[in-house]
Amino acid sequence: MSGTVEVLRAGALTTVQDLGRPGWAHLGVPRSGALDPAALRLANRLVGNVEPAAGLEITLTGCELRPTRATTVAVVGAEADVRIGHRPGDTGRPLAVPGGAVLRIGPARRGLRCWLAVAGGIAVPQVLGSRSTDTLAGIGPAPLRDGDLLPLGTPTGPPAPVDVTVPGPLPTDLRLTVRLGPRHDWFTPAAVDLLLGTAYQVSPLSNRVGARLSGAPLPRAVAGELPSEGLVLGAVQVPADGQPLVFLADHPTTGGYPVIAVVDDVTPLAQARPGTTVRFHGPQR
Amino acid sequence: MRIRPVGRHALLLDLAPAEATDPAGPSRRETDVAADVEAWRAELWRRRELGELSAVEIVPAAATVLLDGVPDPPATAARIATWTATALPADTVAAEPTATPGRLVEIPVTYNGDDLPRVADRWRTDVPGVVRRLRHTEFQVAFCGFAPGFGYLTGLPAELAVPRLATPRTRVPAGSVALAGRYAGIYPTASPGGWLLVGRTELTLFDTTADPPALLSPGTRVRLVDR
Repeated sequence: MSGTVEVLRAGALTTVQDLGRPGWAHLGVPRSGALDPAALRLANRLVGNVEPAAGLEITLTGCELRPTRATTVAVVGAEADVRIGHRPGDTGRPLAVPGGAVLRIGPARRGLRCWLAVAGGIAVPQVLGSRSTDTLAGIGPAPLRDGDLLPLGTPTGPPAPVDVTVPGPLPTDLRLTVRLGPRHDWFTPAAVDLLLGTAYQVSPLSNRVGARLSGAPLPRAVAGELPSEGLVLGAVQVPADGQPLVFLADHPTTGGYPVIAVVDDVTPLAQARPGTTVRFHGPQR
Repeated sequence: MRIRPVGRHALLLDLAPAEATDPAGPSRRETDVAADVEAWRAELWRRRELGELSAVEIVPAAATVLLDGVPDPPATAARIATWTATALPADTVAAEPTATPGRLVEIPVTYNGDDLPRVADRWRTDVPGVVRRLRHTEFQVAFCGFAPGFGYLTGLPAELAVPRLATPRTRVPAGSVALAGRYAGIYPTASPGGWLLVGRTELTLFDTTADPPALLSPGTRVRLVDR
Protein backbone atom coordinates (compact mmCIF):
# COMPACT_ATOMS: atom_id res chain seq x y z
CA MET A 1 0.00 0.00 0.00
CA SER A 2 2.97 2.33 -0.15
CA GLY A 3 4.39 3.38 -3.53
CA THR A 4 6.64 6.18 -4.62
CA VAL A 5 6.50 9.71 -5.96
CA GLU A 6 8.59 10.60 -8.97
CA VAL A 7 10.01 14.13 -9.01
CA LEU A 8 9.51 15.45 -12.56
CA ARG A 9 10.56 19.03 -11.78
CA ALA A 10 12.08 19.78 -8.38
CA GLY A 11 11.88 23.58 -8.67
CA ALA A 12 14.20 26.10 -7.02
CA LEU A 13 14.24 24.49 -3.58
CA THR A 14 11.96 21.64 -2.56
CA THR A 15 12.94 19.75 0.59
CA VAL A 16 11.53 16.97 2.72
CA GLN A 17 10.42 18.40 6.07
CA ASP A 18 8.73 17.13 9.17
CA LEU A 19 8.77 18.74 12.61
CA GLY A 20 12.58 18.64 12.79
CA ARG A 21 15.13 17.08 15.11
CA PRO A 22 15.01 18.89 18.46
CA GLY A 23 17.19 17.64 21.30
CA TRP A 24 20.58 17.56 19.53
CA ALA A 25 21.63 21.21 19.78
CA HIS A 26 24.31 20.33 22.35
CA LEU A 27 26.07 18.34 19.60
CA GLY A 28 25.80 21.20 17.10
CA VAL A 29 22.84 19.71 15.21
CA PRO A 30 20.27 22.33 14.10
CA ARG A 31 16.56 21.84 14.81
CA SER A 32 15.49 22.07 11.15
CA GLY A 33 11.88 21.11 10.25
CA ALA A 34 9.10 22.89 8.34
CA LEU A 35 9.39 26.68 8.53
CA ASP A 36 5.62 26.79 9.23
CA PRO A 37 4.93 23.68 11.32
CA ALA A 38 1.22 24.54 11.66
CA ALA A 39 0.84 24.49 7.86
CA LEU A 40 2.53 21.09 7.59
CA ARG A 41 0.39 19.72 10.43
CA LEU A 42 -2.78 20.93 8.70
CA ALA A 43 -1.72 19.41 5.37
CA ASN A 44 -1.07 16.10 7.16
CA ARG A 45 -4.46 16.15 8.90
CA LEU A 46 -6.17 16.84 5.58
CA VAL A 47 -4.75 13.67 4.01
CA GLY A 48 -5.32 11.50 7.10
CA ASN A 49 -1.69 11.41 8.29
CA VAL A 50 -0.42 11.88 11.79
CA GLU A 51 0.61 15.52 12.20
CA PRO A 52 4.39 14.94 12.42
CA ALA A 53 4.54 13.00 9.11
CA ALA A 54 7.09 14.21 6.58
CA GLY A 55 5.91 16.25 3.60
CA LEU A 56 7.52 18.55 1.08
CA GLU A 57 8.36 22.22 1.58
CA ILE A 58 8.13 23.87 -1.85
CA THR A 59 9.76 27.26 -2.41
CA LEU A 60 8.48 29.95 -4.80
CA THR A 61 8.80 28.25 -8.20
CA GLY A 62 6.61 25.22 -7.49
CA CYS A 63 7.30 21.65 -8.61
CA GLU A 64 5.89 18.69 -10.55
CA LEU A 65 5.42 15.23 -9.11
CA ARG A 66 3.98 11.92 -10.29
CA PRO A 67 2.78 9.38 -7.69
CA THR A 68 3.02 5.82 -8.96
CA ARG A 69 -0.27 4.82 -7.36
CA ALA A 70 -3.51 6.58 -6.48
CA THR A 71 -3.14 8.73 -3.40
CA THR A 72 -4.46 11.78 -1.57
CA VAL A 73 -2.48 15.01 -1.28
CA ALA A 74 -3.01 18.43 0.29
CA VAL A 75 -1.17 21.72 -0.31
CA VAL A 76 -1.15 24.40 2.41
CA GLY A 77 0.65 27.73 2.51
CA ALA A 78 1.36 30.19 -0.29
CA GLU A 79 -1.25 31.02 -2.91
CA ALA A 80 -0.49 28.84 -5.93
CA ASP A 81 -2.24 26.99 -8.75
CA VAL A 82 -2.54 23.26 -8.22
CA ARG A 83 -3.32 20.94 -11.11
CA ILE A 84 -3.84 17.19 -11.24
CA GLY A 85 -3.33 16.24 -14.85
CA HIS A 86 -5.45 18.85 -16.65
CA ARG A 87 -7.85 19.22 -13.75
CA PRO A 88 -7.51 22.27 -11.49
CA GLY A 89 -7.25 21.57 -7.75
CA ASP A 90 -7.28 23.80 -4.69
CA THR A 91 -4.95 24.47 -1.86
CA GLY A 92 -6.17 23.78 1.67
CA ARG A 93 -8.20 20.63 1.06
CA PRO A 94 -7.63 16.93 0.31
CA LEU A 95 -7.16 16.16 -3.39
CA ALA A 96 -7.38 12.68 -4.94
CA VAL A 97 -4.54 11.98 -7.38
CA PRO A 98 -4.92 8.95 -9.69
CA GLY A 99 -1.87 6.71 -10.02
CA GLY A 100 0.46 8.02 -12.73
CA ALA A 101 -1.23 11.44 -12.92
CA VAL A 102 1.01 14.52 -12.85
CA LEU A 103 0.58 16.82 -9.86
CA ARG A 104 1.70 20.37 -10.63
CA ILE A 105 2.15 22.96 -7.92
CA GLY A 106 2.54 26.29 -9.70
CA PRO A 107 4.74 29.22 -8.74
CA ALA A 108 3.59 31.04 -5.62
CA ARG A 109 1.39 34.01 -6.58
CA ARG A 110 1.45 35.39 -3.04
CA GLY A 111 3.67 34.18 -0.25
CA LEU A 112 6.75 32.05 -0.74
CA ARG A 113 6.37 28.47 0.47
CA CYS A 114 3.84 25.63 0.32
CA TRP A 115 3.76 22.40 2.29
CA LEU A 116 2.57 19.29 0.49
CA ALA A 117 1.37 16.26 2.43
CA VAL A 118 0.88 12.89 0.75
CA ALA A 119 -1.17 10.09 2.34
CA GLY A 120 1.28 7.85 4.21
CA GLY A 121 3.93 10.57 4.37
CA ILE A 122 7.28 10.81 2.59
CA ALA A 123 9.10 7.74 3.92
CA VAL A 124 12.77 8.59 3.40
CA PRO A 125 14.93 7.16 6.21
CA GLN A 126 14.96 9.03 9.51
CA VAL A 127 18.23 10.67 10.50
CA LEU A 128 18.51 11.43 14.23
CA GLY A 129 14.75 10.99 14.57
CA SER A 130 13.71 13.21 11.68
CA ARG A 131 13.34 13.10 7.89
CA SER A 132 13.97 16.84 7.51
CA THR A 133 16.56 18.27 5.14
CA ASP A 134 18.91 20.48 7.10
CA THR A 135 20.32 23.01 4.64
CA LEU A 136 22.95 24.30 7.09
CA ALA A 137 24.57 21.11 8.39
CA GLY A 138 23.66 18.84 5.47
CA ILE A 139 21.86 16.29 7.65
CA GLY A 140 18.88 14.41 6.20
CA PRO A 141 18.00 13.95 2.53
CA ALA A 142 19.48 16.33 -0.04
CA PRO A 143 17.11 18.91 -1.57
CA LEU A 144 15.03 17.27 -4.32
CA ARG A 145 16.45 16.93 -7.82
CA ASP A 146 14.64 16.15 -11.06
CA GLY A 147 14.24 12.40 -11.40
CA ASP A 148 14.34 11.59 -7.66
CA LEU A 149 12.04 8.82 -6.46
CA LEU A 150 10.56 9.38 -3.00
CA PRO A 151 9.21 6.41 -1.06
CA LEU A 152 5.75 6.78 0.47
CA GLY A 153 4.62 5.31 3.76
CA THR A 154 1.46 3.31 4.33
CA PRO A 155 -1.63 5.54 4.71
CA THR A 156 -2.81 5.46 8.31
CA GLY A 157 -6.23 7.07 8.10
CA PRO A 158 -8.88 8.41 5.73
CA PRO A 159 -8.64 11.95 4.36
CA ALA A 160 -10.32 14.59 6.51
CA PRO A 161 -13.95 15.16 5.48
CA VAL A 162 -13.50 18.86 4.69
CA ASP A 163 -14.17 20.80 1.50
CA VAL A 164 -12.24 23.91 2.37
CA THR A 165 -10.00 25.39 5.06
CA VAL A 166 -9.35 29.05 5.76
CA PRO A 167 -5.98 30.02 4.29
CA GLY A 168 -3.53 31.77 6.55
CA PRO A 169 -2.80 35.45 5.95
CA LEU A 170 -0.06 36.36 3.47
CA PRO A 171 0.63 39.99 4.38
CA THR A 172 3.16 42.16 2.59
CA ASP A 173 3.77 44.02 5.86
CA LEU A 174 4.68 41.95 8.90
CA ARG A 175 4.42 42.99 12.52
CA LEU A 176 6.45 40.68 14.71
CA THR A 177 6.36 40.68 18.50
CA VAL A 178 9.81 40.56 20.09
CA ARG A 179 11.11 40.28 23.63
CA LEU A 180 14.37 42.07 24.36
CA GLY A 181 17.38 40.04 25.38
CA PRO A 182 19.48 38.14 26.06
CA ARG A 183 22.09 40.73 24.91
CA HIS A 184 20.20 44.01 24.43
CA ASP A 185 22.66 45.46 26.96
CA TRP A 186 25.34 45.17 24.24
CA PHE A 187 23.47 47.84 22.26
CA THR A 188 22.83 51.53 22.79
CA PRO A 189 19.33 52.64 23.90
CA ALA A 190 19.05 54.20 20.42
CA ALA A 191 19.50 50.73 18.88
CA VAL A 192 16.48 49.42 20.79
CA ASP A 193 14.46 52.46 19.63
CA LEU A 194 15.53 51.83 16.03
CA LEU A 195 14.66 48.14 16.23
CA LEU A 196 11.19 48.85 17.63
CA GLY A 197 10.52 52.09 15.78
CA THR A 198 11.72 51.70 12.19
CA ALA A 199 10.77 49.41 9.31
CA TYR A 200 13.11 46.75 7.92
CA GLN A 201 12.98 44.98 4.56
CA VAL A 202 13.51 41.26 4.00
CA SER A 203 16.72 40.85 2.00
CA PRO A 204 17.07 38.50 -1.00
CA LEU A 205 19.86 36.71 0.93
CA SER A 206 17.26 35.16 3.26
CA ASN A 207 16.92 31.38 3.39
CA ARG A 208 15.93 28.56 5.75
CA VAL A 209 18.76 29.55 8.10
CA GLY A 210 17.54 33.06 8.65
CA ALA A 211 15.62 36.06 7.37
CA ARG A 212 18.22 38.74 6.72
CA LEU A 213 16.85 42.24 7.07
CA SER A 214 18.02 45.58 5.79
CA GLY A 215 17.28 48.94 7.34
CA ALA A 216 18.71 51.14 10.08
CA PRO A 217 21.92 49.57 11.43
CA LEU A 218 21.77 48.90 15.17
CA PRO A 219 24.64 50.61 17.04
CA ARG A 220 26.53 48.64 19.67
CA ALA A 221 27.32 49.91 23.16
CA VAL A 222 29.86 47.14 23.79
CA ALA A 223 32.60 46.61 21.22
CA GLY A 224 34.43 43.35 20.68
CA GLU A 225 33.44 39.74 20.27
CA LEU A 226 30.85 37.90 22.29
CA PRO A 227 32.04 34.41 23.26
CA SER A 228 29.91 31.89 21.33
CA GLU A 229 26.58 31.12 23.00
CA GLY A 230 23.50 29.03 22.30
CA LEU A 231 20.90 30.33 19.85
CA VAL A 232 17.13 29.87 19.69
CA LEU A 233 14.56 29.97 16.89
CA GLY A 234 13.61 33.61 16.33
CA ALA A 235 16.79 35.08 17.79
CA VAL A 236 17.46 38.52 16.27
CA GLN A 237 21.22 38.44 15.86
CA VAL A 238 23.15 41.55 14.92
CA PRO A 239 26.39 40.90 13.00
CA ALA A 240 29.18 43.44 12.61
CA ASP A 241 27.35 45.45 9.90
CA GLY A 242 24.50 46.17 12.34
CA GLN A 243 21.80 44.69 10.06
CA PRO A 244 19.59 42.31 12.03
CA LEU A 245 18.98 38.71 11.03
CA VAL A 246 16.13 36.58 12.40
CA PHE A 247 17.07 32.92 12.79
CA LEU A 248 14.74 30.32 11.27
CA ALA A 249 14.63 26.50 11.51
CA ASP A 250 18.09 25.70 10.09
CA HIS A 251 19.88 28.20 12.38
CA PRO A 252 23.30 27.33 13.80
CA THR A 253 23.19 26.07 17.39
CA THR A 254 25.70 28.63 18.67
CA GLY A 255 26.83 32.05 17.49
CA GLY A 256 29.22 34.81 18.42
CA TYR A 257 27.22 37.93 17.59
CA PRO A 258 24.94 39.43 20.21
CA VAL A 259 21.20 38.67 20.11
CA ILE A 260 19.28 41.89 20.81
CA ALA A 261 15.82 40.29 20.99
CA VAL A 262 13.83 37.15 20.20
CA VAL A 263 10.76 37.01 17.93
CA ASP A 264 7.76 35.27 19.54
CA ASP A 265 6.49 33.63 16.35
CA VAL A 266 8.68 33.39 13.25
CA THR A 267 6.19 31.52 11.06
CA PRO A 268 5.03 34.67 9.16
CA LEU A 269 8.62 35.01 7.90
CA ALA A 270 8.22 31.66 6.10
CA GLN A 271 6.03 33.49 3.57
CA ALA A 272 8.02 36.76 3.45
CA ARG A 273 9.39 37.45 -0.01
CA PRO A 274 12.39 39.70 -0.42
CA GLY A 275 11.25 43.30 -0.03
CA THR A 276 8.55 42.46 2.53
CA THR A 277 8.38 45.11 5.25
CA VAL A 278 9.00 43.90 8.81
CA ARG A 279 8.20 45.95 11.90
CA PHE A 280 9.06 44.78 15.40
CA HIS A 281 7.11 45.65 18.48
CA GLY A 282 7.49 44.77 22.14
CA PRO A 283 5.00 42.55 23.95
CA GLN A 284 1.75 44.33 24.92
CA ARG A 285 1.45 44.78 28.63
CA MET B 1 25.62 33.47 37.81
CA ARG B 2 23.03 35.58 36.07
CA ILE B 3 19.93 34.24 34.29
CA ARG B 4 19.02 36.15 31.15
CA PRO B 5 15.60 35.83 29.49
CA VAL B 6 15.59 34.51 25.90
CA GLY B 7 12.18 34.87 24.23
CA ARG B 8 9.14 32.92 25.36
CA HIS B 9 10.64 29.46 25.87
CA ALA B 10 14.29 29.80 26.86
CA LEU B 11 16.77 30.98 29.49
CA LEU B 12 20.47 31.75 29.32
CA LEU B 13 22.65 31.04 32.36
CA ASP B 14 25.42 33.60 32.06
CA LEU B 15 28.50 32.49 33.99
CA ALA B 16 30.83 35.26 32.86
CA PRO B 17 32.09 37.42 35.74
CA ALA B 18 29.92 40.52 36.15
CA GLU B 19 32.90 42.86 36.04
CA ALA B 20 36.09 42.53 34.06
CA THR B 21 38.17 43.67 37.03
CA ASP B 22 39.53 40.53 38.56
CA PRO B 23 42.81 40.63 40.47
CA ALA B 24 43.49 37.01 39.54
CA GLY B 25 43.95 38.05 35.92
CA PRO B 26 42.29 36.90 32.72
CA SER B 27 43.78 33.40 32.52
CA ARG B 28 42.51 32.35 35.91
CA ARG B 29 39.10 33.82 35.18
CA GLU B 30 38.62 32.04 31.83
CA THR B 31 39.56 28.68 33.31
CA ASP B 32 37.07 29.24 36.12
CA VAL B 33 34.29 30.21 33.72
CA ALA B 34 34.84 27.06 31.64
CA ALA B 35 34.74 24.95 34.83
CA ASP B 36 31.54 26.70 35.94
CA VAL B 37 29.92 26.09 32.55
CA GLU B 38 30.79 22.40 32.74
CA ALA B 39 29.55 22.15 36.33
CA TRP B 40 26.21 23.77 35.43
CA ARG B 41 25.84 21.70 32.27
CA ALA B 42 26.36 18.51 34.29
CA GLU B 43 24.03 19.69 37.08
CA LEU B 44 21.23 20.72 34.68
CA TRP B 45 21.62 17.43 32.78
CA ARG B 46 21.34 15.55 36.07
CA ARG B 47 18.27 17.52 37.18
CA ARG B 48 16.62 16.84 33.83
CA GLU B 49 17.32 13.09 34.18
CA LEU B 50 15.73 13.22 37.64
CA GLY B 51 12.66 14.98 36.22
CA GLU B 52 13.33 18.15 38.21
CA LEU B 53 13.93 20.22 35.09
CA SER B 54 12.02 20.28 31.84
CA ALA B 55 14.04 21.48 28.84
CA VAL B 56 14.26 20.24 25.25
CA GLU B 57 17.81 21.53 24.84
CA ILE B 58 20.67 22.13 27.29
CA VAL B 59 23.37 23.86 25.26
CA PRO B 60 26.64 24.80 26.95
CA ALA B 61 28.89 27.35 25.26
CA ALA B 62 31.97 29.44 26.12
CA ALA B 63 30.53 31.22 29.15
CA THR B 64 26.83 30.31 29.13
CA VAL B 65 24.39 27.43 29.27
CA LEU B 66 21.22 27.81 27.20
CA LEU B 67 18.02 26.06 28.22
CA ASP B 68 15.55 25.95 25.33
CA GLY B 69 12.08 24.46 25.18
CA VAL B 70 11.35 25.39 28.79
CA PRO B 71 7.62 25.39 29.62
CA ASP B 72 7.64 28.26 32.16
CA PRO B 73 10.92 30.20 31.98
CA PRO B 74 10.29 32.63 34.91
CA ALA B 75 9.35 29.79 37.29
CA THR B 76 12.27 27.68 36.04
CA ALA B 77 14.66 30.62 36.51
CA ALA B 78 13.44 31.06 40.09
CA ARG B 79 14.09 27.37 40.81
CA ILE B 80 17.52 27.36 39.20
CA ALA B 81 18.48 30.36 41.34
CA THR B 82 18.13 28.10 44.41
CA TRP B 83 20.37 25.38 42.93
CA THR B 84 24.15 25.19 43.09
CA ALA B 85 26.64 23.54 40.80
CA THR B 86 30.08 22.83 42.14
CA ALA B 87 32.94 23.17 39.72
CA LEU B 88 35.82 20.78 40.12
CA PRO B 89 38.84 22.89 40.99
CA ALA B 90 40.75 23.71 37.85
CA ASP B 91 43.88 21.62 37.15
CA THR B 92 43.16 19.09 39.87
CA VAL B 93 41.71 15.63 39.80
CA ALA B 94 39.11 15.33 42.50
CA ALA B 95 39.11 12.07 44.46
CA GLU B 96 35.37 12.26 44.88
CA PRO B 97 34.03 14.26 41.99
CA THR B 98 30.75 16.07 42.64
CA ALA B 99 29.63 15.66 39.07
CA THR B 100 30.17 12.49 37.03
CA PRO B 101 33.42 13.07 35.17
CA GLY B 102 33.09 12.73 31.41
CA ARG B 103 34.16 9.53 29.67
CA LEU B 104 37.69 9.56 28.30
CA VAL B 105 38.22 9.27 24.54
CA GLU B 106 41.69 8.70 23.08
CA ILE B 107 42.09 10.08 19.59
CA PRO B 108 45.04 8.81 17.55
CA VAL B 109 46.58 11.81 15.83
CA THR B 110 49.27 12.08 13.16
CA TYR B 111 50.99 15.33 14.02
CA ASN B 112 51.68 16.67 10.52
CA GLY B 113 49.64 19.87 10.34
CA ASP B 114 50.80 22.69 8.07
CA ASP B 115 50.63 25.24 10.88
CA LEU B 116 52.84 23.41 13.42
CA PRO B 117 55.77 25.82 12.84
CA ARG B 118 53.47 28.81 13.30
CA VAL B 119 52.15 27.36 16.59
CA ALA B 120 55.72 26.56 17.69
CA ASP B 121 56.68 30.19 17.03
CA ARG B 122 53.76 31.42 19.05
CA TRP B 123 54.49 29.03 21.92
CA ARG B 124 58.23 29.87 21.84
CA THR B 125 59.19 26.25 21.31
CA ASP B 126 59.88 23.93 18.38
CA VAL B 127 57.54 21.55 16.56
CA PRO B 128 58.40 18.55 18.81
CA GLY B 129 57.69 20.84 21.77
CA VAL B 130 54.19 21.59 20.43
CA VAL B 131 53.50 17.91 19.80
CA ARG B 132 54.71 16.99 23.28
CA ARG B 133 52.44 19.59 24.83
CA LEU B 134 49.37 18.48 22.88
CA ARG B 135 50.07 14.82 23.57
CA HIS B 136 50.30 15.38 27.31
CA THR B 137 47.31 17.68 27.73
CA GLU B 138 44.05 16.27 28.98
CA PHE B 139 41.36 18.13 27.10
CA GLN B 140 37.66 18.34 27.82
CA VAL B 141 34.82 19.13 25.42
CA ALA B 142 33.49 22.46 26.67
CA PHE B 143 30.76 22.69 24.06
CA CYS B 144 29.87 21.79 20.48
CA GLY B 145 29.04 24.14 17.64
CA PHE B 146 30.13 25.33 14.20
CA ALA B 147 29.24 21.91 12.74
CA PRO B 148 27.60 18.74 14.12
CA GLY B 149 30.14 16.93 16.27
CA PHE B 150 32.67 19.78 16.36
CA GLY B 151 33.79 20.00 19.97
CA TYR B 152 35.56 23.02 21.46
CA LEU B 153 38.27 21.41 23.59
CA THR B 154 39.62 23.24 26.63
CA GLY B 155 42.74 22.26 28.53
CA LEU B 156 45.44 24.50 27.15
CA PRO B 157 46.40 27.42 29.38
CA ALA B 158 45.33 30.89 28.26
CA GLU B 159 48.92 31.96 27.52
CA LEU B 160 49.06 29.36 24.73
CA ALA B 161 46.10 30.90 22.88
CA VAL B 162 46.76 31.29 19.15
CA PRO B 163 45.07 33.61 16.67
CA ARG B 164 43.05 32.31 13.72
CA LEU B 165 44.42 32.64 10.20
CA ALA B 166 43.77 36.12 8.81
CA THR B 167 42.46 34.45 5.64
CA PRO B 168 40.66 31.17 6.36
CA ARG B 169 41.44 28.16 4.17
CA THR B 170 38.67 27.41 1.68
CA ARG B 171 38.86 23.72 2.53
CA VAL B 172 40.07 21.98 5.67
CA PRO B 173 39.93 18.17 5.37
CA ALA B 174 37.77 16.07 7.70
CA GLY B 175 39.71 14.84 10.74
CA SER B 176 41.98 17.89 10.88
CA VAL B 177 43.13 18.65 14.42
CA ALA B 178 43.46 22.39 14.88
CA LEU B 179 43.87 25.23 17.36
CA ALA B 180 42.24 28.66 17.67
CA GLY B 181 42.10 30.97 20.64
CA ARG B 182 42.47 28.77 23.70
CA TYR B 183 40.57 25.90 22.08
CA ALA B 184 41.56 22.77 20.22
CA GLY B 185 39.09 21.21 17.79
CA ILE B 186 38.72 18.47 15.20
CA TYR B 187 36.86 19.11 11.94
CA PRO B 188 34.20 16.34 11.64
CA THR B 189 33.66 17.08 7.93
CA ALA B 190 35.62 19.00 5.31
CA SER B 191 34.75 22.68 5.48
CA PRO B 192 36.29 26.13 5.16
CA GLY B 193 38.19 27.04 8.31
CA GLY B 194 40.60 29.48 9.89
CA TRP B 195 41.99 27.32 12.72
CA LEU B 196 45.69 26.45 12.79
CA LEU B 197 46.24 22.86 11.63
CA VAL B 198 48.44 20.67 13.84
CA GLY B 199 47.49 17.14 12.81
CA ARG B 200 45.03 14.68 11.46
CA THR B 201 42.96 11.76 12.76
CA GLU B 202 41.29 8.92 10.87
CA LEU B 203 38.51 8.59 13.45
CA THR B 204 34.96 9.43 12.46
CA LEU B 205 33.83 12.29 14.67
CA PHE B 206 30.17 12.37 13.71
CA ASP B 207 28.03 9.50 12.44
CA THR B 208 24.25 9.89 12.39
CA THR B 209 23.81 6.09 12.56
CA ALA B 210 25.95 5.73 15.70
CA ASP B 211 24.65 6.01 19.27
CA PRO B 212 25.69 8.54 20.42
CA PRO B 213 26.17 10.20 17.01
CA ALA B 214 29.02 12.43 18.18
CA LEU B 215 32.30 10.97 19.45
CA LEU B 216 32.81 14.19 21.39
CA SER B 217 29.94 15.58 23.44
CA PRO B 218 30.06 18.24 26.17
CA GLY B 219 31.95 16.92 29.21
CA THR B 220 33.90 14.23 27.29
CA ARG B 221 37.59 14.11 28.27
CA VAL B 222 39.95 13.81 25.34
CA ARG B 223 43.56 12.78 24.78
CA LEU B 224 45.24 13.41 21.45
CA VAL B 225 47.55 10.39 21.47
CA ASP B 226 50.23 9.52 18.93
CA ARG B 227 49.08 7.43 16.04
